[in-house]
Amino acid sequence: MTAVVIKDVSKVFNVGKPNYVDALVDIDLTIEPGEFVSLIGPSGCGKSTLLRLIANLIEPTVGSVLVNGKPAAQARLDQDYGMAFQHAGLFDWRSVEKNVELPLELKGWDKARRRARAQEMLELVKLPEFARHMPWQLSGGMQQRVAIARALASHPPLLLMDEPFGALDEMTREHMQSELLQICASTETTVVFVTHSIPEAAYLSDRVVVMSPRPGQITEIIDVDLGSGRNEDTREADAFYDSITAIREALRGIGHAEIRGGMDDR
Amino acid sequence: MIRRAARRTGLFCLALFLVACAWEFYKVIGPEDGGSVFGIRMIPKASNRAMPHTWDILQRLGEPENRAGGDPIWVAVAGYAWYTFRLSLVGLVLGIGVGTGLAVLMTRFRFAERGLLPWIIMSQTVPLIALAPQVVSWSGRIDIFGWEWPRWASVCVLAAFLAFFPVAVGTLRGLKSAPAASLELMDSYAASWTRTLFKLRFPAAVPHIVPSLKLAATLSVVGVIVAEISTGIRGGIGRAVLSYQQASTGDPTKVYAAVLGAAALGLLLFGLVVLIDVLLMRNRPQENPA
Amino acid sequence: MNLRRVLNVGLPPAAFGVVFVVAWEAVVQGFDLKPYFLPAPSAIWNALIDNAELVRNASFASGANALVGLLAGTLLGITASFLLMRFNILNELVSPLAIALNAVPIIVLVAVFQNMFASTSEIPRRLMVMLIVFFIVLVNVAKGLRQVHPTHLELMRSYAASPVAILTKTRIPNALPYLFTALKIAAPTAVITAFVSEYFGGRQNGLGYFIPSNFANSKNAVAWAYVIGACLLGLTFYLVSVILESIIKQRRGAAPGGETT
Repeated sequence: MTAVVIKDVSKVFNVGKPNYVDALVDIDLTIEPGEFVSLIGPSGCGKSTLLRLIANLIEPTVGSVLVNGKPAAQARLDQDYGMAFQHAGLFDWRSVEKNVELPLELKGWDKARRRARAQEMLELVKLPEFARHMPWQLSGGMQQRVAIARALASHPPLLLMDEPFGALDEMTREHMQSELLQICASTETTVVFVTHSIPEAAYLSDRVVVMSPRPGQITEIIDVDLGSGRNEDTREADAFYDSITAIREALRGIGHAEIRGGMDDR
Repeated sequence: MIRRAARRTGLFCLALFLVACAWEFYKVIGPEDGGSVFGIRMIPKASNRAMPHTWDILQRLGEPENRAGGDPIWVAVAGYAWYTFRLSLVGLVLGIGVGTGLAVLMTRFRFAERGLLPWIIMSQTVPLIALAPQVVSWSGRIDIFGWEWPRWASVCVLAAFLAFFPVAVGTLRGLKSAPAASLELMDSYAASWTRTLFKLRFPAAVPHIVPSLKLAATLSVVGVIVAEISTGIRGGIGRAVLSYQQASTGDPTKVYAAVLGAAALGLLLFGLVVLIDVLLMRNRPQENPA
Repeated sequence: MNLRRVLNVGLPPAAFGVVFVVAWEAVVQGFDLKPYFLPAPSAIWNALIDNAELVRNASFASGANALVGLLAGTLLGITASFLLMRFNILNELVSPLAIALNAVPIIVLVAVFQNMFASTSEIPRRLMVMLIVFFIVLVNVAKGLRQVHPTHLELMRSYAASPVAILTKTRIPNALPYLFTALKIAAPTAVITAFVSEYFGGRQNGLGYFIPSNFANSKNAVAWAYVIGACLLGLTFYLVSVILESIIKQRRGAAPGGETT
């Protein structure tokens, strides 16, 4: 069973009004279980919109989205995915472990079971000793790790991430990327990852979906052949640089088209 | 932390002392019978009847309420203050309930917010405390499941009317302050509106509700005192202030006892609210004091 | 100010208002409530028409007290906030006092003031209004003078600007919106304070005298008519302060959302 199937999806905002926006047009994408897929593209290409369609936070105007074999709406009700955002979005008033317990509370788990699972997740993200701390006592990178722990707390088969490392400095970012890969490998989670960093997309993904704006669509899907077991050495590998180049070319193709289109308007 | 609190208290006492000194200083230099500036009599009288000495005021606290003798006046005043305090507390709780309820309603229904908020704001620009006698006239005439509406309940309703406004506005602002990303998160958990209300909106609203509670407490006390006076209800500090004031020709320091009693009860309710504030905010990141 | 926008903003509250008044009238008529229990809106309207002159005079009397106190309190509050900003020791002395006074019902001080002036004087009431307005203005304007964006201060220091220049070019412009926030609160509060001050004795010429006395004589509809007068007075004060604020805002060319860089 495939993890995510997006078929003939289009999304228009403000349908029928003068300020309508073609956010996405004719999107077809299939994601296999255990895959790590990145969505990359310039601003306005609809990558965040696409992620939210998978999350069923918005509905497609046309087409269907299936998650885990079910319609996206059902998958959301069954909490078949976890989500992480650019700003960790932890609740200020809850301790670290209570933040991780949030989705489990909503699922109605009892206290002991919740506590045990939260502890397990914090160990996974290597922050078990911070369970009783408050979020504002942690650094940005640590908060983001807690957010990931929360997203995976109910062991969902799918993880959706919207530029989660965007607010972190470069060194922390690279470190978090390695951590994320380790975590996802051990939990065998499918990941859909929105980013606008080319090296990040190359380092993390099995496939990179390059998107272009106006209207939002998929330009190209690039296979990244770095194999499993990626580590810091991978960042020096030739295959890594080749992937980066391939992604950059695909994005440049869009860029040139934009500039050309702009000049034609004049 | 303790040192800062001690320094603040010390400076506060110093400030009070300076006020007392200014009072006495004016008594020395001020005109006995008041004076005029540009023909308008606006200089206060400095006589002992108009402005008693500070030590006379303090001494009066130990003397009995009436010529007839009995307990010192501060005991009587404490009794009145306690009566008013209890009514203020009920009024405050009622006001918090109504204010919170309205805020939740306005958060849930945009139409309610657009329709009610202007009226709520307007309700505070007009002295509707004036309707105190009308509300009190309902006492003895309304029957709710056999419980007859007592006079003091009207006073609490009036106090609640003053207190609910800052709570409604502050809570509304707080409930709407939940970050969009967190609301999306709760959506992704398919959480119902009510669960989102209790798990996200209310906790996020606490920093906005806390300052409004202090204002509500003060308004509740004022509401009770004014309602007591305009409705003639006995037993409270409001009535005491008025009747002591009327006795001022013979007993000029008496009214100050009631004023001090009113101040004490205000501080007590305020202190209670501050305590609750501290409890509610104990796990939050500390804001820098301005 | 196009029609659509006015309707959008005005329609919901108008709807609630009309429904409320109609329901009120219906309840009074339907349950045949006696006027001393709850007068009908129609009865109140009639009383207002009949006593228009009296209501107006009473409103002017209370309004005059409110206005004098408002002006005096605002001027003193602004002056004090400058002094507090300039001399930190004053700030340290006054702040805890201001917080404590914030917690107590200082309205009772009117009784004390009555003793200090002639019994027919309006000064005690005006003094009370002035005191309350003073604290509102002081707290807000002081905050505005102090809480200047640190970046702005660094910039002025890099220009080696004198303290006076910093004051006039950054602190005062920053404090202006805070002044108007204070006025929007202080103006209606001045009306309420003037009105409530009349409960503590003195001349019997204002709304604070006529409303309780009419209620005491069971002339409820007349009392409500005076209450309407009080409402209109409070609203007028509030609206004037709102209009003043928007005039100053327009002249400053503020960003539509009030944003600052």
